[in-house]
Amino acid sequence: MHCGMCLPTCPTYDVTKNEKHSPRGRIALMRAIADDKLKLSRAFGEEMSYCLGCLACETACPAGVDYAHLFEVARADVERSGVMASPTRSVVRSLLLRVLFTRPRLLRLVGRLLWIFQASGAQSMMRALGLTRLLPGRLRTLEPQTPLVLPRFSHQMIRPVEAPKGDKRYRVGLLTGCVQDLVFADINRDTADVLLANDCEVVTPAVQSCCGSLHAHNGESATACVLARRMIDQFDPFDFDAIITNAAGCGSHLKTYGRLLAGDPAYAGRAAEWDRKLKDINEWLVEIGFRIPEAKTGNNEALREVTYHEACHLCHGQKITKQPREILRSIPGVKLVELTESNWCCGSAGVYNITQPETAATLQQRKVGHIEATGAAVVATCNPGCHLQLANGLKRSCSDIRVTQPVTLLAQAYKNEAESVF
Amino acid sequence: MTNDNSSLRGELLRILPDLDVRSEAEELLAYSYDGTAALQQVPSVVVFARSTEQISEVLRYASSHGIPVVTRGSGTGLSGGSLPSPGCILLCLSQMNRILELDPANLTLLAEAGAITAAIAEAASGAGLFYPPDPGSMKISTIGGNVAENSGGLRGLKYGVTRNYVMGLEVVLPDGEVIWTGNKCVKDVAGYSLRDLFIGSEGTLGVITKVLLKLIPPPAARKTMLAVYDDMENAARTVSAIISAKIIPCTLEFLDRVTINCVEDYASIGLPREAEALLLIESDGHPAAVEEEAAAMKEIALAHGASSVETASTQEQAAGLAAARRTAFSALARVGPTTILEDATVPRDRLPEMVRHIQEVAERHQLRIGTFGHMGDGNLHPTFLTNEKDEEQMHRVEVAMKEIFAKAVELGGTITGEHGVGVAKKAFLPGAIGELNVEVMRRMKRAFDPRGILNPGKIFDPSPAA
Repeated sequence: MHCGMCLPTCPTYDVTKNEKHSPRGRIALMRAIADDKLKLSRAFGEEMSYCLGCLACETACPAGVDYAHLFEVARADVERSGVMASPTRSVVRSLLLRVLFTRPRLLRLVGRLLWIFQASGAQSMMRALGLTRLLPGRLRTLEPQTPLVLPRFSHQMIRPVEAPKGDKRYRVGLLTGCVQDLVFADINRDTADVLLANDCEVVTPAVQSCCGSLHAHNGESATACVLARRMIDQFDPFDFDAIITNAAGCGSHLKTYGRLLAGDPAYAGRAAEWDRKLKDINEWLVEIGFRIPEAKTGNNEALREVTYHEACHLCHGQKITKQPREILRSIPGVKLVELTESNWCCGSAGVYNITQPETAATLQQRKVGHIEATGAAVVATCNPGCHLQLANGLKRSCSDIRVTQPVTLLAQAYKNEAESVF
Repeated sequence: MTNDNSSLRGELLRILPDLDVRSEAEELLAYSYDGTAALQQVPSVVVFARSTEQISEVLRYASSHGIPVVTRGSGTGLSGGSLPSPGCILLCLSQMNRILELDPANLTLLAEAGAITAAIAEAASGAGLFYPPDPGSMKISTIGGNVAENSGGLRGLKYGVTRNYVMGLEVVLPDGEVIWTGNKCVKDVAGYSLRDLFIGSEGTLGVITKVLLKLIPPPAARKTMLAVYDDMENAARTVSAIISAKIIPCTLEFLDRVTINCVEDYASIGLPREAEALLLIESDGHPAAVEEEAAAMKEIALAHGASSVETASTQEQAAGLAAARRTAFSALARVGPTTILEDATVPRDRLPEMVRHIQEVAERHQLRIGTFGHMGDGNLHPTFLTNEKDEEQMHRVEVAMKEIFAKAVELGGTITGEHGVGVAKKAFLPGAIGELNVEVMRRMKRAFDPRGILNPGKIFDPSPAA
């Protein structure tokens, strides 16, 4: 099938109007390689890196083509073939993907060092002295985007098992993620609070591996399998009513463990059960009929306008679009203002803003323009990558619009109602 | 081969240093197909045109060297019209996509050929006007491609096809000369209507670079209904009855059971999966007329075997139904690896016979055929759900296709209502319109394009097949 219905939804085709940069074009290239009509070349590898993997094409495809899977297989082929290999790239990739993102303790150590660097003022001093100019080109442009690491990580904020105050209706596992854990541990805390407020017992192991989404999306499928097994060992899906993730990019990958481990007799059964139990926090809350927070008594404040940016891997990858909006609308004092092109990629796309800074910046500006046009004071999203991308984009345009996540606003609303008692 | 390609690229760059011309394998492969199933041909080079002047220069060069040129927009065509010819320069107009002028005083819109049809419809609507032609692929198809293929759509029944909205064209002739044909005058009978020759010429006579379109005032009211049938022929009879009752609604669309289920799998809008056929009926115009027309059609549908007729309660619901219908062709691809869409059209009083024939053919050759289409226009899209790798099955598809077209012609119909002949249907053309008609077309082609460089091998071969 090559009807072309995907073309207008593809951010890279939109920029270049070149078929090669469209889902239909990329699939044609993949097929030509599979049919031995085309050599797997560096140009093909570059094309695969040029794709954001935003999956808007999947949502648009009436024929039901599984682009995500084709794309992951193609990226894995590119890595295996070595067409993109260069000494620096290989070192950086294996350091990041095979070493750092497979060892949670090491990742936290690096995070801690980064925090010391930032909190001690060394970063600002380096910036003030202009020392950042000493960094190589690409790192120099990225340096101002370095996320601010939080002083405490998830395990310091969430106990391994926390019980709800009232009756326990559900027992859930909470995934703290890797980037999320370093940069947004507070959002993990909010997630736990919201779950507790909805009668869930929350199980959060202190040390958790990366879920492997970064690896699968970047062609490291073998490592992705190793990490998936490790994850299933840590959270036996048969022990829980649900396993909760609050990062869209992870969730989109986590829901495919069944396929990833289908050929592994020791894990296939549990992996299939895992897929059934794995829930995005927004999805889960709506599924169990989350409690609508009560309005704070005597609250006469004007409605605060909040807009919502859809993380690609939530709306296209997981088809979760209504639930976060339902949550936002349920919050007293919040008025949801729709964002133009809310499901158009912001350019974060995993490590895309590092590998393809120009296209990422174009998409970031387009997104920031739309956000500013809503007149909202706050923009909510459901993925750490998008969160950082939006925050950086808004900072660059000197906007004071705040970035947050629906679950944080909900947690805040529950806190507000508690305060109103006093 | 690669050497030739890069030397052709070098030659073009020598004449036009700013030209965006590509010859790497990945680039060529991405331009080796359009929306038509099972057809592929790699071009020699791909040129991304940015102006009429560039196109003129490229054609001048191609003409003097006898190099074939194939024009392409978004590549959504369904008859292989923009499939590369061997050794050709693939001229891609997708980057020439500006809307140049909207003239509310004359109700016209001027756009570059690469402008997306939906963008034109939106621009018109933004000015309180209406561009009715709405091909199923309008979200991505280009206006130049629509004109070249004379595309139809869901509103063809009442509002006609692309031809009815083209007032003028800028065209680059094969030797590089640029002509304008037509203007903003509603009436104009000065000489031959050259404009009409280019409409539906499938890129064989010239390269359309700008299009002047007629816009109309939008209808004041609209009503959308869904009639459900447990017998396909009853749906066809309803259509014949509506037309013979002298009612021309804007839309009378038909979906069979296979199509209903595929569309539902994609769009989940709540179509009745167990129905054998659906008619999507839309009436628009003056509110009073719409009420009256809708009521009359509902009565006719019920009298001709509809098990129910429901009216969309909101605008969104109505738009959702039409949008879902638009995805029918693509959604059918869920059934088999290869989806071959046909485009048979018959006079509307022969629809029941045609529908019955398609069902018989499918049974006789043991093929899966999903049928949907613009039944109000008599335009059906029997769609073969197959696998191109199964040679034996593809042979049966070929035989079945011949039988369907033979029947369409026998009933006074045609082999294509809106997709064009391209390469997919040129074998059927002489049988459908007669050898002499094809010969007259060949003479016209020679007059415009004596060296035969523009989209060669499309619609017909230069000389009658031996």
